[in-house]
Amino acid sequence: MASSTYEDVLGRAAETDERVVVMTAENRVAIRNLPRKLGPRFIDVGIAEQTMVGAAAGLALRGRRPVVHALATFLTMRAFEFIRTDVGIAGLPVKLVGGVPGFLSDGNGPTHQALEDVALMRGIPGMQVFAPADAEDMVACLPSILASDAPCYIRYNALPAVVQHAPYVPGKAELIAEGKDVTVLVHGFLLREVMRALPALNSEGISARVLNMRVLAPVDAQAIVSAAAETSLLVTVEDHFLSGGLATIVAETLQRAGKGARVHPIALESRWFAPGLLDDVLEHEGFTGPQIARGIVNAFRHST
Amino acid sequence: MTESHQDALRGLALRVREHIVRMATDGGCFIGASLSCADLLVYMYSDVLSIAPSRLADPSRDYLFLSKGHDVPALYGTLAELGYIGRERLAHHLKTGDTVYWHPNRNVPGVEFHSGSLGHLLSVGIGVALDIRMRGGSNSVYVVLGDGELNEGSVWEALLVARAQGLGNLVAVVDRNGFQANVATEDLNPLEPIERKFEAFGWSVVRADGHDFASLERAFAAAAQPGVPRAIIADTVRGKGLPSIEARADRWFVNFSHEEVAMLLEELHGERKAALVSETLMVR
Repeated sequence: MASSTYEDVLGRAAETDERVVVMTAENRVAIRNLPRKLGPRFIDVGIAEQTMVGAAAGLALRGRRPVVHALATFLTMRAFEFIRTDVGIAGLPVKLVGGVPGFLSDGNGPTHQALEDVALMRGIPGMQVFAPADAEDMVACLPSILASDAPCYIRYNALPAVVQHAPYVPGKAELIAEGKDVTVLVHGFLLREVMRALPALNSEGISARVLNMRVLAPVDAQAIVSAAAETSLLVTVEDHFLSGGLATIVAETLQRAGKGARVHPIALESRWFAPGLLDDVLEHEGFTGPQIARGIVNAFRHST
Repeated sequence: MTESHQDALRGLALRVREHIVRMATDGGCFIGASLSCADLLVYMYSDVLSIAPSRLADPSRDYLFLSKGHDVPALYGTLAELGYIGRERLAHHLKTGDTVYWHPNRNVPGVEFHSGSLGHLLSVGIGVALDIRMRGGSNSVYVVLGDGELNEGSVWEALLVARAQGLGNLVAVVDRNGFQANVATEDLNPLEPIERKFEAFGWSVVRADGHDFASLERAFAAAAQPGVPRAIIADTVRGKGLPSIEARADRWFVNFSHEEVAMLLEELHGERKAALVSETLMVR
């Protein structure tokens, strides 16, 4: 188990680096203990995402490195134009941490379902986009995120880890499992379901490579191109709309590299998901390990 | 304020207005709103802001953010007259080889931040003011807003947050020219009583004549209360200085012919009134 949480790592970074300022639009789930630790470098603006992002840009103009927190939908959509115009155009090192992205909004309903956040954020020139697999992966990526001079969007994820993670290598996907038939590319907590799919794939005689993409912009193009060359089917798994997320990123990467590949995307196609408890949502929407395995087996049989 | 200082400011403002008029051709500019805030910017750069061309990277300088970015010709003219940029640079207005265009950007020395989308820079100013306070600085942040810009909800969100954060080093300056793009503000989303709105958000408010330097001096000198952000509502006239434009206050964005510009420059100096043909462009 990791000895540190996101909050621990962020708090320590702020203690040693006076540039780090922690902000929130009254969402303190991930940062409960930081107000007393950081004093004036903890700023809660209230439920005012636009003002938070604009103020973060102002702080960054003065040399600060603001790490801002809000739910992923309200951060990336309510404040989108502030992110694009104040942070993006100026290329300021503001770190945008979006809570309960994708399926993690479970029972909240469509108002809270960030299923287009990756598409929106990666559409901003110079914006880095991270989607760590779990709490440990989040902690592994965080020092690099804070050290970067670039603006960055992070799909916050505090779920317990299901694999032992390798240290984050900047810009690189993490190879979780090696395989020669299929490559499964996944980001965020759905790595957990992909890991649950592996035994079923093995019992069907399908050898699967698994890539935890970790960073979606700029993406690890080499990992995608190599997977296309070395395995006969690419499967993308994401709790995001089909348009603009990982499936699109893979297609664009292959197109740019002049490579062809069969790609089987598992994503939400132009609809919001049925709200409920997370495991029930996964079952209903077809994203549990066994369901993912069945989809991969069918796609693989049709591709060979 | 001495009469000779007022004369000096009037002379400076006249030269700034000449620049604005010259930028209103070969593509045009937002001339109405630029002329309304020319005196305001001239006064602030001359008598209020602790800033100089040599201090653009000095963290103890005062900051001026132009949130209503479309009036940037007034800022360009002020920066050119006060030595932040060369006057010749304004001849490059709208030339793709330079970065002098219809809205502000940071490639122009003296411009602190880009704008153009309304309702942004009060938030950015909050961030700068917070940092100044964290570092124990005594400098101030001034944000120039348009009155039409007050339609944007993000302005009111920022007013609430600035007061909650106790930013006594933040000053909002409203260019109250009475118009938004196409119509009078009071005919669309009425703003009056504007002081009471700011006061209700906990700001300290002073109203001034935005074309009277003595009135502006009194407004900016009004005592600040610790932890209370200040607003100065400057009543202005769209197109101020050119009666033929003032009379047609809907002349917001105009692309004049060279002949019209020549006539307007004469009118600016109190000579004959220009006979204008070009209409405001409603598309922008």
